[in-house]
Amino acid sequence: MGELRLMKGNEVIAEAAIRCGCDGYFGYPITPQSEVMETLMTLRPWESTGMVVLQAESEIASIHMVYGAAGAGKRVMTSSSSPGISLMAEGISYIAGSELPCVIVNVQRGGPGLGTIQPSQADYNQATKGGGHGDYSLLVLAPASVQEMHDFVILGFELAFKFRNPVMILADGVIGQLMEKVELIDQRPRWTNEQISEISGDWATIGKSKVRKKHVITSLEMDSNMMENNNLRLQAKYNKMKAEEVRYEEINCDDAEYIIVAFGSAARICQKTVQIARRKGVKLGLIRPITLFPFPEKIISGYASRVKGFLSVEFNAGQMVNDIRLAVNGKTRVEYFGRMGGIVPTPDEVEEALEQRFLKEDLCRY
Amino acid sequence: MSVLTEKINAIIKPENLVYSKSPLLNDDSMHYCPGCSHGVVHRLIAEVIDEMGIQEETIGVSPVGCAVFAYNYIDIDWQEAAHGRAPAVATGIKRVMPEKYVFSYQGDGDLAAIGTAETFHAVNRGENIVMIFINNAIYGMTGGQMAPTTLVGQITSTTPHGRNVDLNGYPLKITELLAQLPGAAFVTRQSVQTPAAVRKTKKAIRKAFEIQAQKKGTAFVEVVSTCSSGWKLSPVASNKWMEENMFPQYPLGDLKDTGRADASLYKVKG
Repeated sequence: MGELRLMKGNEVIAEAAIRCGCDGYFGYPITPQSEVMETLMTLRPWESTGMVVLQAESEIASIHMVYGAAGAGKRVMTSSSSPGISLMAEGISYIAGSELPCVIVNVQRGGPGLGTIQPSQADYNQATKGGGHGDYSLLVLAPASVQEMHDFVILGFELAFKFRNPVMILADGVIGQLMEKVELIDQRPRWTNEQISEISGDWATIGKSKVRKKHVITSLEMDSNMMENNNLRLQAKYNKMKAEEVRYEEINCDDAEYIIVAFGSAARICQKTVQIARRKGVKLGLIRPITLFPFPEKIISGYASRVKGFLSVEFNAGQMVNDIRLAVNGKTRVEYFGRMGGIVPTPDEVEEALEQRFLKEDLCRY
Repeated sequence: MSVLTEKINAIIKPENLVYSKSPLLNDDSMHYCPGCSHGVVHRLIAEVIDEMGIQEETIGVSPVGCAVFAYNYIDIDWQEAAHGRAPAVATGIKRVMPEKYVFSYQGDGDLAAIGTAETFHAVNRGENIVMIFINNAIYGMTGGQMAPTTLVGQITSTTPHGRNVDLNGYPLKITELLAQLPGAAFVTRQSVQTPAAVRKTKKAIRKAFEIQAQKKGTAFVEVVSTCSSGWKLSPVASNKWMEENMFPQYPLGDLKDTGRADASLYKVKG
């Protein structure tokens, strides 16, 4: 068993980064995730593991620093919150287009614009549909606990290097600020230059030796046929993610007549809703997508012919509900319930929404 | 065989060679227009890297603009940056590989307009990188639009009646501003229109790389350059126009050569 601690979600991002052997963090302060960089600066990992921590002049600069350092085959990351992620969209598109690995944490707040510093899940579409220009996808992990904030930093780097693709940890203000028990991994060493050569030696720009051709990291290609091939290669990679990396959690779905689909902190609230509904005799289940891209569409479409309806619960105006509708493809009813502006609904509120949208109507019908 | 050919052939012998192309420059023909300064500066960078024996330790960061394809010509590892972000990209590379040599190569739009923040803050942090700045007072790649360094009255495709300060503001002397920053170790402005100027620029680039090795702070080399296509002048006329119009606004010479500032000058008292 690893070391147990009571920690904030944001703090644990920093702790997990150091412990998993991350080489660099580049960031810019923004609420509600500033504790990530503050924790790193307090822990001074450059003195222990040699990890670089740098406060950049903007989110634009920090994501391009990540791009540069990722080109060196290093395990590097950044974190921000919604408006900052919008500024990073350019760099994220370049990183995806150049096929570089990195981890990006978005502790979401309410929008649009400056919005609010309160929790939100309104960046679902931005995270899962690219967010920047061009046809690209991030691999998106949605933590629902402080433990998962920790675990997904480690998993994030593994997946980022497996696919040479940016991985986004899409958290929200609730998970970022929440304090919970967390089991930490033991300190792992950073990769040596030899390991980097072994893992990324065929593409990283670490200095051209006389025995190999120069490496060029770029997303530019002027030949349309070659550029289409680059796009096809990216699409094949995203399809591989869909085939191999779908992650989700099912709660009480076996006998369910209704299923809530919710991710992150919304899923925690809905877990309680399931208990409340079950006490009332309503057979309610919960599917919690852990990967938002790739989306667990197969499990949802599998249940579509068996349940009376899905309720998508999100802290936004209804974004994931569209992915559920695509997976369900008209086989059953799909409804949405959510709150915006930083308001987090109670489990009872969700249960009422379920009754309003499904149960009252269904009872009338019988 | 004519007498002339005979004479020429008698001269062209390996033992008479006084100059050869840097082994770091490949044989691809450059995409630059006739009269453009980029090719000369590329050659100088290749020569400096080769002469210092640091080919295996150097990473170049190319910009968006005419020099986006710099990576096609110099035989080192390259990373291509988004428009204006080369100093941030170079910072990221250098911070995780401080033992390597890292340089950025940018034009005026890239470095002094869209990337102003990245430029200032990289220099202000005293990043141990070399920054090469090609200032030809125009956007070449996109077809000759106004640059931040475009002169007042200069005609470009977005200032067809000449740059007007009421509408467009003033030419940005970013190099003078950067020389004020405590992180700057070496700031110089050179040109490459004559053999003498080329030699001086090469010395400046060599010095910039040596400063990086000494970890003294940011080394910044501006090269006042020509853009015959953008200026719609012949290469010869471009050189003349540059000397008459650019040099008074962008005077050549070293602006700073002190190494980065002593931190104690800036420290809080209590």
